[in-house]
Amino acid sequence: MIDARIRKNLEGGDDSHPFSLDLHISTNAGVTVLFGPSGAGKSLTLDAIAGFVKPDEGRILVDDVLLFDAAAGVNLPPRSRHCGYVFQSSALFPHMTLRQNLAFAAERLPRLERRRKVGDMLDQFHLTEVAGRKPAELSGGQRQRCAIARALLAQPRLLLLDEPSSGLDAALREELYDVLADVHKTFRMPILLVTHDLDEALELGEEMFVLNGGRLLQSGAPSAVLDQPAGDDVARLLGRFNILDAEILSMDPGAKRSRLRCTVPDAPQFEIEGPYFPGHMLGAHLRLGIRSEALRVSSFAGAGVPMKLARFSRRTSVARFEFTGGIVAEMPERSLDPPPHNGEWVVQFPPDALRLLK
Amino acid sequence: MATDWFPLWLSLRVAGLSTLIALLLSLWCAWLFSAKTFKGRNVLDAIVTLPLVLPPTVLGYYLLVLLGRNSPLGRLYEWVFGQPLVFTWQAAVVAALLHAAPLLIKFSTAALESVPRRYPKAARSLGASEWRTFWQVSLPLAWNQVLAATAIAFARSLGDFGITIMVAGNIPGRTQTISVAIYDAVEAGNGAAARVLVLVISAVALSSIWLANRLGRISLGKAA
Repeated sequence: MIDARIRKNLEGGDDSHPFSLDLHISTNAGVTVLFGPSGAGKSLTLDAIAGFVKPDEGRILVDDVLLFDAAAGVNLPPRSRHCGYVFQSSALFPHMTLRQNLAFAAERLPRLERRRKVGDMLDQFHLTEVAGRKPAELSGGQRQRCAIARALLAQPRLLLLDEPSSGLDAALREELYDVLADVHKTFRMPILLVTHDLDEALELGEEMFVLNGGRLLQSGAPSAVLDQPAGDDVARLLGRFNILDAEILSMDPGAKRSRLRCTVPDAPQFEIEGPYFPGHMLGAHLRLGIRSEALRVSSFAGAGVPMKLARFSRRTSVARFEFTGGIVAEMPERSLDPPPHNGEWVVQFPPDALRLLK
Repeated sequence: MATDWFPLWLSLRVAGLSTLIALLLSLWCAWLFSAKTFKGRNVLDAIVTLPLVLPPTVLGYYLLVLLGRNSPLGRLYEWVFGQPLVFTWQAAVVAALLHAAPLLIKFSTAALESVPRRYPKAARSLGASEWRTFWQVSLPLAWNQVLAATAIAFARSLGDFGITIMVAGNIPGRTQTISVAIYDAVEAGNGAAARVLVLVISAVALSSIWLANRLGRISLGKAA
């Protein structure tokens, strides 16, 4: 269990802007993700929980242990907080071998157990063969595994990971995710993970907190957040949404349908069919989001909105259409037929995929 | 006339001892600066910097006032060791220390501050005390730079003239260090003796710089 209320104002320096962090994070999830762009305050939150940054106000509770309470004057030093911290760039001590790195963390264990525990941990993380090497002689994946093993040896209450997959290629990422899933299962250790990668959040997170500018925008299961972003700011951060300004032209509560006139920048207005929006009047202006992979694109004339293609690109197994007005559609490449051309395209907006953004 | 080598041996002894004390002092200061944020930090920093900018004679004068036979510290020293401090070779050690320590403290502090923050942070999050973090993580990572600075500090304390002559004087065979002996030889028109000593001290200084550069280059670099 993590319950952290943190308020911290940072004065700007020569190379930094003033920043204010003000959020409340409360979760019982096994793996919790702090998601947001760089500069959102994710790492600062982690630092506050680990004790490297002292909040101006607030209270940090982990599993009923009070780590920090401004009102009560409680502020445990980092070494007493038992927060395993895995840094973005592993932070293994470069002058020590892997075994020494692990032994450094085992100091709190009873003397007789240390050797055995270090050995066990090396085994468990498949590091025994390279235990005598220095971090510089290891692969990125081995370093990251060792960093996690080292953090676990210090018997933490929870594991804090600061963008652990940055700098790892796709295969090593998969490996890291497996290791983390394993850690969570074997050690029953709550994990708080910082990332700006939505795929990572979806893959690992049971609960996700979306941060921006030092504020909490939304929280919930990652899939739920992705399905219904709370507002256009979240939708923009998730990055896979088309955002439309729409006006309700007509409504049909019986068929649960509405007719909408959509406005996008630098392109003509267009009309689409939408779901019924209870509680909204005729003529009301709404902000709607729709995932780019929910759009249907075809080059045949038919039902849908005619649009001009501005840019086409192929990604891994996905074809990406960017139309004038900034509308983006993605679809599996194999369903792409015929090949893209610069003529007229027809885009369909499935009504059930439209989400109302606040 | 045979060269009198006493000033060289005395200087090496004085420089060696003062460098050792300066190293200990600089580690203590670096530890203070790195581990804690305290109120007098800027004041301490100013005190450390001051000897770098004050004229040696002024420093020597302060030392005379502080350690002279009529000062409390001077009397304490005389009571403990049974002899006055000023105008002995031990006074030359103090002079060389004042000459070399500020530089070494500055360098050592900078070396420790250049250790990436994530290493001491990681150590603390793993439950290490400030003391253990300093000795097992921060210092080993900065050690080469500290040693390089120590080599420079040695060369510097070998070369002090102004403070030494104020507090230790110029007593041949007792307090005459090599820099003072060179001055003395030139004054006395003994060019040959001066030349030999100048060459010797230049060689020692160059070796120190070479050593410092070597140490500086051995990096733990390739950091993980």
